[in-house]
Amino acid sequence: MSTTSEAPQGEGPTRAVDPESTVSPHAGHRSLGGYLLMPLLLTGVLLLVWWSVSTRDLDAAEQGRLSFENIWSQTQGHLKLTAASTVLVLLIAIPVGIMLTRPFARPITPLAIAFFNIGQAVPTIGLLAIFAIAWGIGFTPAVVALAAYTTLPVVRNTMVGLRQVDASVIESARGMGMTKLAVLTRIELPLAVPVIMAGLRTALTINVGTATLGAFIGVDCLGTLIVSGFSGNRPYLSIIGGLLVAVLALLVDYVAGIAEERLRPRGL
Amino acid sequence: MSDTQPNIRQPRGGEAGTSTDGPKIEIRLENLAKRFPGQSEPAVDDLTMEIPQGEIVILVGPSGCGKTTTMKMINRIIEPSSGRIVLDGEDVTKVNPDQLRRKIGYVIQQIGLFPHQTIADNIATVPKLLGWEKKRISERIDELLEMVGMDPGRYRDRYPKELSGGQRQRVGVARAMSADPDVMLMDEPFGAIDPITRDRLQNEFLRLQEQIKKTIIFVTHDIDEAIKMGDRIAILGEQSRIAQFDTPERILVNPADDFVADFIGRGASLKRLSLSRVRDVELHQWPTTQEGTSHDEVRRLLEGSDKTAVLVLDEQRRPLSWVNADHLRRADSGRSLGRMGLPPDAVVQPNATLSDTLNEMLTARYSTAIVVDSTNAYQGIVDIDTINATVRSMREAEQGRLRGSGTGDVEPADEDG
Repeated sequence: MSTTSEAPQGEGPTRAVDPESTVSPHAGHRSLGGYLLMPLLLTGVLLLVWWSVSTRDLDAAEQGRLSFENIWSQTQGHLKLTAASTVLVLLIAIPVGIMLTRPFARPITPLAIAFFNIGQAVPTIGLLAIFAIAWGIGFTPAVVALAAYTTLPVVRNTMVGLRQVDASVIESARGMGMTKLAVLTRIELPLAVPVIMAGLRTALTINVGTATLGAFIGVDCLGTLIVSGFSGNRPYLSIIGGLLVAVLALLVDYVAGIAEERLRPRGL
Repeated sequence: MSDTQPNIRQPRGGEAGTSTDGPKIEIRLENLAKRFPGQSEPAVDDLTMEIPQGEIVILVGPSGCGKTTTMKMINRIIEPSSGRIVLDGEDVTKVNPDQLRRKIGYVIQQIGLFPHQTIADNIATVPKLLGWEKKRISERIDELLEMVGMDPGRYRDRYPKELSGGQRQRVGVARAMSADPDVMLMDEPFGAIDPITRDRLQNEFLRLQEQIKKTIIFVTHDIDEAIKMGDRIAILGEQSRIAQFDTPERILVNPADDFVADFIGRGASLKRLSLSRVRDVELHQWPTTQEGTSHDEVRRLLEGSDKTAVLVLDEQRRPLSWVNADHLRRADSGRSLGRMGLPPDAVVQPNATLSDTLNEMLTARYSTAIVVDSTNAYQGIVDIDTINATVRSMREAEQGRLRGSGTGDVEPADEDG
C-alpha cells in the first residue's frame, strides 16, 4: 500500500468499493411475476363478477343497469372524472409545492399548508354540496371538489421531495454556476420525482374512490350504480358497483406504481 | 495586469528579495467582511489578503474561525457584507455570480455529485453551461477521468452511488476542473475520506498540481494537511483575522505568536518531514539485478554485498521483488527471479514527503523505501538513516536559530523524540 507509487490507473484505490456500490441502478424494478400478480388477481375478480351477473336472475331494471354498455360508459365517466381532477391537482399542487420550498415563501408556508388542509379536512361530500350550490350540478364542481381533497398530499409530497434533496448537491450545483432555475429543473425536481410521484399516486387512488360521490351531483360514474342500488332497494347493484370501483382503484394504483418506477431517475 | 502590483507582503520562503515583483497576484481580498443577520459579531472582519497565481494557499484555523465563510465569499456563495474581491485584476464583487462561478472550480467536502447523472454528465456540468460543443465536452471528460486516474471506458457511464468514496472525490475534483478554471476553491476536500485513501489522494493531487498550476484556495482545520498541501498557509483566528500568512517552512520555524505556535502544536521538527521530499535527499543504492539473471549470479551478488536481499527489476527497471538466499535455495533453478521472493512494498516517487516515506518504510521489509521515477523505474532507496540525518540537521538548524536569534517567545522546539 504505497503512497505515491501507483501509476494513475483505475484500479488503484477502487479496491475498497462500497458495499452499496453493488446495487444495480434497476434495483427498484420487480420480476415478471411481480408485474403479473395484480392484473391476474383483478381479472379473477372481474370474472367472478361476470359469472355472478350472468348466472343470476335479473329483473328488467337490473338488466339495464348491469348491461355491458351501461357499465362501460359509467367506467369511462368515472375515469374521466378521476383524470380531470388529478390533472387539476397536478397543475395546482406541484407549482405551489415548488413555491413553498423557495426561501422567499418561508413566512407564508404554514398559512398555505393550513389552507390546503381545509380542503382535506372538510368531507368531500360537504364540498360537493357547496360547489353544487355555487356552480350547479355537473362535471366541473365534482372535479373541483375532488381536487380540493387531494391537493394537500401532493403539495406536501412535493415539498418533502424537494427538501430531502441533499444540500451539498444543491450547493455544488450553485457553486458551479448553475442558475437557480437550472438547479430547480435539472437537479431538484428530478431528485424529488420519486417522492412527488408517490404523492400523485396516492392522490390518484384516493380520487378513484372518491369519484363515486360524483353520482350525487349528477355525474354518470360507477357511483351511479351504487347509488341506484341504494335508492332502488337493490343491494346487489351496490355490491357490484362497489366491487368494480375497487377493481378500478387497484388497477389505477397498479399502473401508477409502474409509472412511478419508470420515472424514478436512474442512479438513485 | 496585476504584475504592476507593488510589493507583495509575503515573499516565498528563502527567496525573499530575489525579485521585486514577486509572483503575480491572482486573487486579492480587500477589507472583506461578512455579518450574518441576527449575529452581533461579524463572521469575517476586515480581511485583506493576496493570493499568488499558481499556488495552493491554505486557510487553516480552529472551527468557527470563518475560514469557510471566507472561501465561500470568493465565489460569492456567501455574499460579502463589505469589501472587494479582485480576481485577475477584475473587481468581481458585483458581477453576475453565476457567470463568475463558472470560472472558478469548486470542491466541497461532501462533494455533492448529482446522484441522478452519470459520471460523464456530472463532469460535463460546467462545459455544458458554457455551451461547449458535444465532441469537445466528450473529449474533455475522457481527459479529466484519465487525469484523476480513472479509466474513462469503465467509469463514464456509471452513477455516483456505484463509486467508492475516494473515486467520488476524484470525480469531484475532475468536475471542478472541467472548464479548466484558473482558480479552484476546495473546502476540506479530503475531509470525509479514510486516512489511507486521503493520503493517496493528497499525493495525487499534489502531483496533478505540478502539471496544472492552478491557483487554489484550500480550507482545512488540519494543520498537518495544511503543511503538506500548502505553498502558503494562512493561519486564521477568530473572525478570519490572519495570525500568520507565510510558507509552511517559515511558519514552522518562526511562528508569529503563541496562537500560531499553539495551533501548530508539538513536534514541529517531525512535522517538517512533511516539507522535505524524497527528491531533496540523497538516495542510497541497493544491490539490484535484472529479471533474467541466473541464480548463481544473484548468489554471488548477495555474497559480495552487506545486504540480505537483492531487488529484482524488470526490463523497464521497475521493481519486481525482493529475493534473498532462502528464496533462491527453495526455488528450482529454472524459476524466473521475478516470480519468487517478496513483493516490493514501500515504493515512493520523488515527490513523496519524507513523512509519508517514513510511514511506508516502518511497515516495509529491510526498513527501506524504494524510490521510482514517474515511469516506475528504480532510482534508489531511502532508508531510516537518511530520515534520521534529515531530522537531525533540521533540529540543529532550529537549535542554532534559537540560540542565535532573539525571536524570543518561542518555546524550545526540541521536544519531539
